[in-house]
Amino acid sequence: MKRTILALAAVSLTAGAAQAAEIAPGEVEFDGYEVTASLTETPGDPEKGREIVTNKSMGNCVSCHAAEAYSDVPFHGEVGPILDGAGDRWTEAELRGIVSNAKMAFEGTVMPAFYKVDGFTRLGDAFTGKAWPEGEPVTPLLTAQEIEDVVAYLLTLKE
Amino acid sequence: MKTKLLQGIAAVALAASAGTAQAEDVIGFELNGETPIVVETDAPAHLDGALSTIRSGWTFRDPATQAMEMDDFDNPGMLAVEDAMVAWETAEGSEGKSCMDCHGAAEDMAGVKPVYPKYVESAGEVRTLQMQMNDCRENRMGAEPWKYDATEAVSMEALLSSVSRGMPVNVAIDGPGAETWEMGKELYYTRTGQLDLSCANCHEDNYDNLIRADHLSQGQVNGFPTYRLKNTKLNGIHSRFKGCVRDTRAETFSAGSPEFVALEMYVASRGNGLSVEGPSVRN
Ligand code: HEC
Ligand code: HEC
Repeated sequence: MKRTILALAAVSLTAGAAQAAEIAPGEVEFDGYEVTASLTETPGDPEKGREIVTNKSMGNCVSCHAAEAYSDVPFHGEVGPILDGAGDRWTEAELRGIVSNAKMAFEGTVMPAFYKVDGFTRLGDAFTGKAWPEGEPVTPLLTAQEIEDVVAYLLTLKE
Repeated sequence: MKTKLLQGIAAVALAASAGTAQAEDVIGFELNGETPIVVETDAPAHLDGALSTIRSGWTFRDPATQAMEMDDFDNPGMLAVEDAMVAWETAEGSEGKSCMDCHGAAEDMAGVKPVYPKYVESAGEVRTLQMQMNDCRENRMGAEPWKYDATEAVSMEALLSSVSRGMPVNVAIDGPGAETWEMGKELYYTRTGQLDLSCANCHEDNYDNLIRADHLSQGQVNGFPTYRLKNTKLNGIHSRFKGCVRDTRAETFSAGSPEFVALEMYVASRGNGLSVEGPSVRN
């Protein structure tokens, strides 16, 4: 998180406009469960998306979802569906919606909302077991750009 | 579900113990080649069909880990039981008394563990075994209470559990403890943290699935205290709860808190019918 925040700050110095165009977690517009508009002005990078999906300390999607597409990564979970073919089954807008807040698409799902900052019970400070510091703005599990990167990667998962 | 159970050391059908006129065999293993341990049985009625069968965490572990628990010589948790046996006989506190002075041999405590947590009439509250142990220490021995889930407390809990191994968990859910049980149930189904997950999401909806490298069990507590290969020591129930709540990116409750006492009571009751198994071995 720290690193991303610094990176964003650096960007905002040089390109304030691009930063302003980012859609905040509370302002994402859902059409049903779809999110049509990109959360940023920078197109998603599928390479980075793959890293986020498979990395334990980032999206950690792999802990619940297996896929042939990243069979080189160990320890695939089986709580969620296999992600191969996600790019055939879903449109970009649907995938953006699913990753941002899967509960809009799948009622009561166990899949966490990756771009959401409110409505939690006993919100903790990451994995410390301590409460989230009062008054501190809550950071979503993934940044806007990371969501775009993940969506770009999922779109490459064709069968 | 059934097929996966057979992956490990096949839990065998144990002949129903002599005397009980049970038609059906039960699934389990023989501890030390003699004590039947039931590791799978019908879910208690109060689960309302949420699970059809209940399974001990033992059935989800690999054969090597299972085997360590099947013989006391191989079970590292039994070392703590030996320590606790010394503590059982050692006088402490201003009254100069040991546990044994009031209770006799540790083996005489067989039958205590299966019904805890329970409503204790004299105290007017639901208590865990550790709370009850500390009541004795403070009020009968004049000794310092043990810290919740600390080594001494967990070891003594393991001793009291070990003498009840093979007896069915039988936690009361009605009567004056019912309110606490309801509170525990509520906590069990409440989603917490930034990952927004409840105990049920992992241990009821997804048991038998892998979550990353972990083979999800039903999160039963009949095997506690558990010796974990991961941290090479005995672990208490509340410490395990803390870890699971923390993993939802939530603020946890503390060991010994009213919330965890209630949760322990509820979770223990989900295992009514499984054998007391502690100290068990888990990864
Ligand atoms: C705690 C488990 C969990 C995690 C973590 C998780 N998911 Fe999911 N996901 C699910 C489940 C379960 C479903 C199926 C929806 C349902 O019925 O609940 C699902 C559904 C999906 C789907 C649609 C299923 C399809 O047809 O392919 C996609 C795409 C998806 N997830 C992507 C992701 C991505 C990307 C991440 C990480 C950024 C992620 N998931 C993290 C559990 C999870
Ligand atoms: C994100 C998933 C997740 C959630 C939510 C979760 N747990 Fe767990 N739990 C695990 C994993 C993984 C393990 C280790 C494998 C196993 O035994 O299931 C575990 C183990 C346990 C065990 C040890 C079982 C044994 O046989 O040793 C207990 C007890 C337990 N959990 C209870 C709970 C309770 C109560 C809650 C809610 C407060 C909870 N868990 C929430 C993932 C979870």
